[in-house]
Amino acid sequence: MDVATLRRTPLFERHVALGARMVPFAGWEMPVQYEGVIPEHVAVRRDWGVFDVSHMGQLHVEGPRAAAFLQGVLSNDLDRLEDGGAQYTLLTNERGGIVDDLIAYRINPCRYLLVVNAGNTQAAYGWVKAREQRGVEVTDVSEEYALLAVQGPNAVGRLGLADAPPFTHAMGEVAGVEVMVCRTGYTGERGVELMCMAEDAGSLWDAVVGLGATPCGLGARDTLRLEVCYPLHGNDISEETDAISAGLGWVCALEKDFTGVDTLRRIKEEGPARRLTAFVMVEKAVPRQGMLIEGGGEVTSGTHSPMLDVGIGMGYVPAALAQPGTELVVDVRGKPRRGRVVKKPIYTREEP
Amino acid sequence: MAAPESYPDDLKYHRDHDWARVDGDDAVLGITWFAQDSLGELVHFEAPETGATIGKDSAYGEVESVKAVSDVIAPLSGGILEVNQGVVDAPETVNEDPYGDGWLIRIRMSDPSELDALMDAAAYRAHVAEQ
Repeated sequence: MDVATLRRTPLFERHVALGARMVPFAGWEMPVQYEGVIPEHVAVRRDWGVFDVSHMGQLHVEGPRAAAFLQGVLSNDLDRLEDGGAQYTLLTNERGGIVDDLIAYRINPCRYLLVVNAGNTQAAYGWVKAREQRGVEVTDVSEEYALLAVQGPNAVGRLGLADAPPFTHAMGEVAGVEVMVCRTGYTGERGVELMCMAEDAGSLWDAVVGLGATPCGLGARDTLRLEVCYPLHGNDISEETDAISAGLGWVCALEKDFTGVDTLRRIKEEGPARRLTAFVMVEKAVPRQGMLIEGGGEVTSGTHSPMLDVGIGMGYVPAALAQPGTELVVDVRGKPRRGRVVKKPIYTREEP
Repeated sequence: MAAPESYPDDLKYHRDHDWARVDGDDAVLGITWFAQDSLGELVHFEAPETGATIGKDSAYGEVESVKAVSDVIAPLSGGILEVNQGVVDAPETVNEDPYGDGWLIRIRMSDPSELDALMDAAAYRAHVAEQ
């Protein structure tokens, strides 16, 4: 994509001033790293860091029929959510494929916020909007908001926030900026995501960085999420992959009716032919997306784990090869390299 | 810690961001500050075997960071006398000291006249400035 057509978040100038390396990502010009992927990754695991994730999309779904409507298009059981609750869920198609994975926040019974992937904002909005019914209004409010992910064992304390259970949200204030404090994230660490008005993003970022959070780019975001086996839409899951094979059956309420549920029930009953599997390399090598796995598998995400100091990855393999302990052979640019299937997550947080 | 940008005057440079330090009939090879900075922190050096032959302008190994992998191009032809095991074990050494402890291999040159085709530090600095 032409650089001139890339979109910028309200924090673009701040990233450049901090010396970030800016790259195109999902139609946006985003910081991939500041000081370096590994130190940023370690800061989030051991202390705290801040990510500009304002490129992510926000959809409001409102109206007296909002809950019933979302219950029919999202895979997880929305009835389990209370006001102030949040839930990881999938937008599924008729084939059981994944249009997007997202977090649904219940503001009240007639008002929900969906935070969707940057690259899927249009697809997700279009999908939901096309199915809108009487008593439901879907609005793309992505332009209005900025989103900072503040993550790490020290994040909540350093922000001066009280502890709260994961997957909850509440309005609050950080450094004088009104924010929606969401106890969610994509790193496997404790932390928050702070949503504010776009025009307040600069003050909020400056305050959080001023408090000592390490600015972190998309590079560390990817290594952090892969260590804890959070799938990335476009890599590990897509419209062509189903939730059961992807190991996301736990966010599919198969007893309720939603788009593609029949297909998913059938796959669950028959058992998926292949499974999204986590592995670590036994030999020195870094697996990468698209590399083949002997026996009919393919790597969907791969990197070097900064915490474990070995190559790690996820990929679809025939179900017979998906058991933890199974040896896999990855074709690393023509060289066979041995890895081993492990139980997810690949990395487990260090408890203090 | 990453090293500050530098291109020492006693080295010869290849346009693909590799350097050679001549030592009698031998040459020590590595990647430049520019190359390691572009890649970021190295996490893997896919090293060639001692005793193998390498050819000028051809890949003899790979260096890999968290985000990317890159071929390492031979600035000179020759036979490999030694592979830097320190970099195999700790690839980040290349980021910390690209021209010192971060050297990659030592070769016996098969055609020292190939040196004439390489750039000196001033020419390489100009080349980097155009990147």
